Amino acid sequence: MTATAEKPAEVGAIPTMTVTLKIMRHDPDGLDGREPGTDYWEEFQVEAHATDRVLDALHKIKWEQDGTLAFRRSCAHGVCGSDAMRINARNRLACKTLLKDLNPAKPIQVEPIKGLPVEKDLIVDMEPFFASYREIMPFLMTSGPTPERERLQSPEDRQRFDDTTKCIMCAACTTSCPVFWTDGQYFGPQAIVGAHRFIFDSRDEGEWDRLEILNDKAGVWKCRTAFNCTEACPRGIEVTKAISEVKHALNTGEI
Amino acid sequence: MATEHDFDVVIVGAGGAGMRAALESSQRAKTAVITKLYPTRSHTGAAQGGMAAALANVEDDNAEWHTFDTVKGGDYLVDQDAAEILCNEAIDAVLDLEKMGLPFNRTPDGTVDQRRFGGHTRNHGEAAVRRACYAADRTGHMILQTLYQQCIKQEVEFFNEFYVLDLILDGDPQAAGEDGEVAAAGVVAYSLATGEIHTFRAKSVVFATGGAGKVFKTTSNAHTLTGDGMGIALRAGLPLEDMEFFQFHPTGLAGLGILLSEAARGEGGILRNSEGERFMERYAPTIKDLAPRDMVARAMANEVREGRGCGPNKDYVLLDLTHLEPKHIDEKLPDITEFARTYLGVEPYTEPVPVFPTAHYAMGGIPTNVQGEVLRDNTHVVKGLYAAGECACVSVHGANRLGTNSLLDINVFGRRAGIAAAEYANATETTPELPADAAARLENTVAHLRNTVGGEGTERIAQIRKELQETMDRNVQVFRTEESLAEAHGIVKDLQKRYENIAIHDRGTRFNTDLLEAIELAFLLELAEVVVLGAEARKESRGGHYREDYPTRDDENFMQHTMAYKRADGTVDLDWKPVVITKYQPMERKY
Repeated sequence: MTATAEKPAEVGAIPTMTVTLKIMRHDPDGLDGREPGTDYWEEFQVEAHATDRVLDALHKIKWEQDGTLAFRRSCAHGVCGSDAMRINARNRLACKTLLKDLNPAKPIQVEPIKGLPVEKDLIVDMEPFFASYREIMPFLMTSGPTPERERLQSPEDRQRFDDTTKCIMCAACTTSCPVFWTDGQYFGPQAIVGAHRFIFDSRDEGEWDRLEILNDKAGVWKCRTAFNCTEACPRGIEVTKAISEVKHALNTGEI
Repeated sequence: MATEHDFDVVIVGAGGAGMRAALESSQRAKTAVITKLYPTRSHTGAAQGGMAAALANVEDDNAEWHTFDTVKGGDYLVDQDAAEILCNEAIDAVLDLEKMGLPFNRTPDGTVDQRRFGGHTRNHGEAAVRRACYAADRTGHMILQTLYQQCIKQEVEFFNEFYVLDLILDGDPQAAGEDGEVAAAGVVAYSLATGEIHTFRAKSVVFATGGAGKVFKTTSNAHTLTGDGMGIALRAGLPLEDMEFFQFHPTGLAGLGILLSEAARGEGGILRNSEGERFMERYAPTIKDLAPRDMVARAMANEVREGRGCGPNKDYVLLDLTHLEPKHIDEKLPDITEFARTYLGVEPYTEPVPVFPTAHYAMGGIPTNVQGEVLRDNTHVVKGLYAAGECACVSVHGANRLGTNSLLDINVFGRRAGIAAAEYANATETTPELPADAAARLENTVAHLRNTVGGEGTERIAQIRKELQETMDRNVQVFRTEESLAEAHGIVKDLQKRYENIAIHDRGTRFNTDLLEAIELAFLLELAEVVVLGAEARKESRGGHYREDYPTRDDENFMQHTMAYKRADGTVDLDWKPVVITKYQPMERKY
């Protein structure tokens, strides 16, 4: 009884706070007297809850203050991979980053992910990223007749590549990689993750085709083990470990 | 001027149904997939728990039991011929995905593992059965990835971030009558990147555009699920079937609506009220927490209404996983437990998770026959027009979909639609010509919205959308009454009027998402009206549609589908369509 009575009066009411977002804008159309392609910083203040996502704050800006602000988003809970952006200089998903985890007392800096051409505001051209993925032949390759029932796979063999099946292709890893920023030829970590998922799948027989591709000059040897990718992955994939397993397979000839 | 394209088959949408259709169609005919999102962003990827199929890998099971469960789960509004196909073809659908490389969880002997899910039972309701094939709690993600990978292998042609916003038919579906003919001619799309309009002439068009969950405020659906495909069909004069049946998934994260899979209960999770009671024992004594979603959602809402809710506002119940081994949780439910940690700061190993029903799935949609052909009335098809997945209504889900039957639906009927569309295209000599003004309607809409920038319009997209979603949550959710529906109806009509006075901000051509949100909102407003209208007319309670003023099922008057038609003057009429019964006569739905 006492405990109930002492509950604060504003039961259920979550306090709000004012948060400043400093956003890197890019205007492809050249509106309001700007040159087409102008980059500029713009600050917005929004009322928000500490438990709000950065995506919620971006929506508040777009929906209440400036409808021209452009960003991609869909699922809003970290599974579709649409809203990777650079938030306080780190690649994250806007829908998986809560304001309270960012020190909202200071302006929150939001920029597009780096290394891909910016299209508008926080939207980048993802085509080079997907092109790298397509290069590594990301599909099961088998030979011989198709079995009538399922191909068998032990739980241990299934576990072997579990980590890399989680990838949502948000590009947070690839666009956090310093090698990718400076070398447009490098496949980038995500494509290697995508290859790993098949190379270490016991049902797949295309592993050496893929390893040959990754052995190329644009491939896995470009990785300098900076670990940025692992830190950036919103799915918690051990990206650097996956890359090193691919390197190990190339060095030893063993999967 | 619109850019023109010419294909045999055009598939609209690149989620599970669209890509499954594309894999079939592109082998047989020149196919394009037009999608508003990059394929891997589609909401199929958010599906978690599994895909039903009576593989009988871990215990006795068969397709007939699955069919019975589907029909009973759907509260006898299911078309039973379609349910038989769904359940019979389920086994091959799962095996096909496995052969494509989908990494299912495995049994110790290496076969596809299976687990329990709501409403899926052994021998017509004796006990829960392990029928759901799964990959941890990201089965939908794995399906989406696998289908996309196969599309890459087959070099399927995608038009990414192209919004299809108009359907061109040859003939008027509402004037064609008994002997007239109506055929698909193509679609009109808006390119997000450039702002340009493209026309796609095609012999066959497949709609696989997904759901419309954004009609509601609390929803598990993505921001992009705005019912575009359903809205386009409605405007084209085609009916929408059973739109009053919306599924509220029991376990959305409280206050947020983010989905926590029913697999949590399939793996042993228990729902508790503020007294710690396992209240589902009272509502479904045999299968308890694994009752179908409509019953669990209503039970939860009822516990809250009767004062046994939890938290400071007593407005949610608890999903208790604390008796499960952390290792088991990590292996089987890794993603959803992470959602609880990330968004609510709750540690599911040691604390129960606050949950409340969240708008999840449209049982209704564009009516089709079992080949995926779209119906223009109760019996006649539109030639060359197909629909599959959540945007369609076959109807295999009836008044309430069983969990794991939607990942199944997209694979079975996506495949069927893809094959049928390609075969029709190949058998058709000439493609209907697109009229010279095919793009005019969309061009006018776009021009009109651009002109509202800085104009006299005083209404904002976000405000109208918020008011729509709030009234739908308040009045058209788990519990509905004559009064609540009348209120919602009035508000929706008023919002439609206010929409005419909106102003957008962005007059740019490139990545103008402001403009597209305005177009999406118009679909939501039209679909909400259809949902409410159907709910008003259905004076009974069945599956996901519960009328407090008519709390029982009325088979005599309402064991039939609603068919909503939009007329040229903008009004919406309702008609009815018989349910197909093969062998299951309706009986009381007890679990």
